Amino acid sequence: MTESRILPSGQTRIDSLEMRGITKRFPGVLANSKVDFDVKAGEVHALLGENGAGKSTLMKILYGLYHPDEGEVLIDGKPVSIDSPNDSIKLGIGMIHQHFMLVQTLTVAENVALGLPSSRGPLTDLDRVSKRILELADIYGLKIDPSAYIWQLSVGQQQRVEIIKALYRGAALLILDEPTAVLTPQEVKEFFIIMNQMVRDGHAIIFISHKLHEVVEISHRVSVLRDGHLMGTRPTSEITKQDLANWMVGREVGFAPDRGVVERGEVRLELENVTCGTDRGTPGLRGVSLEIAGGEILGVAGVSGNGQRELAETITGLRKVTGGKVLLEGQDVTNLPPAELTERNLSYIPEERMKDGMIKDFSVAENMVLREHQKTPYSRYGFLDLGAIARHSDALIAKFHVKTPSRETHAKNLSGGNIQKIVIARELFRNPRVLIAAQPTRGLDIGATEYVRQQIIEQRKAGVAVMLISEDLDEILALSDRIAVLYEGRVMDIVPRDQATPEKLGLLMAGVAQDLSCEPAK
Amino acid sequence: MRSRLNSLIDALMPVLATLAALAVGAVMLLVLEVNPIQAYAALWDGAFGSSNAMAETLVKATPLLLVALGICIAFRGDVTNIGGEGQMIIGALLATWVGLTFTSLPGWVVVSLALLAGFLGGAVWGGIPGFLKAYFNVNEILSTVMMNAIAVQLMNFLLRGPMIDPAQAQLASKIPQTARLLEIFRLPRVGTTRLHLGALLAVGLAILVYILLWRTTLGYRIRAVGQNPHAARYAGINVKRYMVLALLLSGAFAGLAGAVQVFGVNYRMITDGSASGFTGSAGFNGIVAALFGQLHPLWSIPASILFGALLVGANKMQRVVQVPSALVIALNGLVVVFVVSSEIWRRRRQKRRLADEPASKPGPDASAPAKVTP
Repeated sequence: MTESRILPSGQTRIDSLEMRGITKRFPGVLANSKVDFDVKAGEVHALLGENGAGKSTLMKILYGLYHPDEGEVLIDGKPVSIDSPNDSIKLGIGMIHQHFMLVQTLTVAENVALGLPSSRGPLTDLDRVSKRILELADIYGLKIDPSAYIWQLSVGQQQRVEIIKALYRGAALLILDEPTAVLTPQEVKEFFIIMNQMVRDGHAIIFISHKLHEVVEISHRVSVLRDGHLMGTRPTSEITKQDLANWMVGREVGFAPDRGVVERGEVRLELENVTCGTDRGTPGLRGVSLEIAGGEILGVAGVSGNGQRELAETITGLRKVTGGKVLLEGQDVTNLPPAELTERNLSYIPEERMKDGMIKDFSVAENMVLREHQKTPYSRYGFLDLGAIARHSDALIAKFHVKTPSRETHAKNLSGGNIQKIVIARELFRNPRVLIAAQPTRGLDIGATEYVRQQIIEQRKAGVAVMLISEDLDEILALSDRIAVLYEGRVMDIVPRDQATPEKLGLLMAGVAQDLSCEPAK
Repeated sequence: MRSRLNSLIDALMPVLATLAALAVGAVMLLVLEVNPIQAYAALWDGAFGSSNAMAETLVKATPLLLVALGICIAFRGDVTNIGGEGQMIIGALLATWVGLTFTSLPGWVVVSLALLAGFLGGAVWGGIPGFLKAYFNVNEILSTVMMNAIAVQLMNFLLRGPMIDPAQAQLASKIPQTARLLEIFRLPRVGTTRLHLGALLAVGLAILVYILLWRTTLGYRIRAVGQNPHAARYAGINVKRYMVLALLLSGAFAGLAGAVQVFGVNYRMITDGSASGFTGSAGFNGIVAALFGQLHPLWSIPASILFGALLVGANKMQRVVQVPSALVIALNGLVVVFVVSSEIWRRRRQKRRLADEPASKPGPDASAPAKVTP
């Protein structure tokens, strides 16, 4: 028995790791509530959940980045205290982050050695490090050249470097935080082979993802977190994608505001086969066609990173369209600058309100006129009319119930909900023809969320064509007339409201195009 | 209460940094076996001891302030202008050319034209790195420094050849200098001192730059681009254009500083081959003055006067206590290093406070323990 407890890398394996009754509170948020989670040697345990469900918090506790308010961590039955990543590394836990922690201008060996003491004291021991890397690479089938520079490597290869880095530091248990998010399908396949090999050798792996098919393919057990609560843990063999989709989105649509009856007007926004790139230069949209009519909310669902950001930015003029056309009220507005689109009454609630929607060192008043600061009455002959700006912002503060000490307060001092209210006030007061709302309630508390949703409903009633991009399926289902599902830059399908179920959308989000009945039983 | 204390510390930071620099300077003076009190008394006396001394201080402060105003604009737009030296030289060359060419026009016309020429010359010299940054992603720190080198050599060439004083061209010695400006072209002075109208002009422009930054659409846009280019783009602002404009305006003020030096102080251009021979390093020290003034055009006024005083007072100190001139330069350098470091420190404190703030809001308990930990 003692013999078999040694992993091929020479490290002692972790037979079991258990997290018991983990509770973690942040001001105003219960991130984890009495979560029990465990993983054993030789298994992949998938941790599933929507954004903000508490997956990252739980793993950061395990990796020593956060300290739990309640609960304990046991390794092989013995309680351990993990106060820093150093502690967790010493215990044999390795974490591979979604965004790689590699220095681009250094070699593989240099990256692996980074932060570790050299066996030669003040002198480097890169030759020894390289030798060890090759040993590990050989054992685990990770082809890698220790002398290659990181910038020369593909994303998949960089991920291997991260794995080697963890193994080099003696990881017996690996936490993989959405490891496939950045990989191509081929790279995912190779990656799964490596994962299987490691598990066979006795490693334990925690696999965080929200891609259902991957979870079903690779994991032995799966746990689902929702709103910080553990919904349950089950063997993967006993569960289907439908079950998982159910579990993840699960509960009946809680908050369904009264949408009222609105007549569908004329088409106001039309996309014809639109393509564009991402910031990384990969394809973002691969031919998206859709239309939205006045008085209609088109929900855009999808797992994050499947083209939502690109979709919003191409329509609003912030990203270059490389093919196809965008039509606003019948007129071609492809690649017009944002100012021109504002002029045509297109409003935009951006996904990252602090980055794109707000200047945090500007006052509330200055932010209120961000989109129209150059127009009368806010500017006259090149001079700002501070009086007009003040009156305008006071009116909006009152009308949209923004809680701020004064209009001169810097935006950075307000809460997320109030910042979003400023954005909404600025975008909605001028009665837009088309509204693009990207993740409008992300990170907001219940009250603010309700408020924002109500505002979107009001726009629909006023005959505005609304595109609601959201990762919150409940929100999409509660508000939309039709729902488009984005997957890898394409519209998988557009489902009318009355035919949309979380299960159906969940499958579409996972890239499964067939009817439920046609789905081969797992 | 705490926030008030914090902002007071922030405001006094440059002063504290200056005092710290003088304290280190005192150690250096002690090593040289000079009484620091006596030395600093001489420094004070040199800078403010008489009306003439005060006038000299203001004369030195004028180009610092003009450069600092440009730096306020550039740094508010989040572009860095290290090219003040070159921009001053180009501005001065153009202004001098105007002054030496249109000798038949009335004085006020020529002076106005010359100052405008200096302004435009600096604008071009600052605009080029701005253009390169915005459209070709060339680092503006590098390109502005390079433009300094080009400007110096251009000055040396022009003053030795095409623009040389005809009188010097006849002589064997050929001192590289231009002819003197006509007397009617010189900026009026106060009494017998060298204090000239340029100082008043600089103060007036400080107020204008304040209005520009906080009361005009242009200033709003420059600040928006500097604070958050993403949001600026979303607001419909052409980010690249305003990046160029910020550097261009920054250069323009430095160019004006050069023109004012010629028309207010020197009345001709003369070169010893280096940039500082003409500028007195105002192109660099202006950056320090602007940072000292918290990048605020009005606060830059006292900041520039302080540095002007240091420059003038140090001369007197050198004469009275007989310390080597290298020490005077070192003392200036110390102040610069301390002030710039304190600025970085101030920003870090501000960032840390910002990071604390969201956490401290929801619960009353959150802020206290977070701050006590060292």
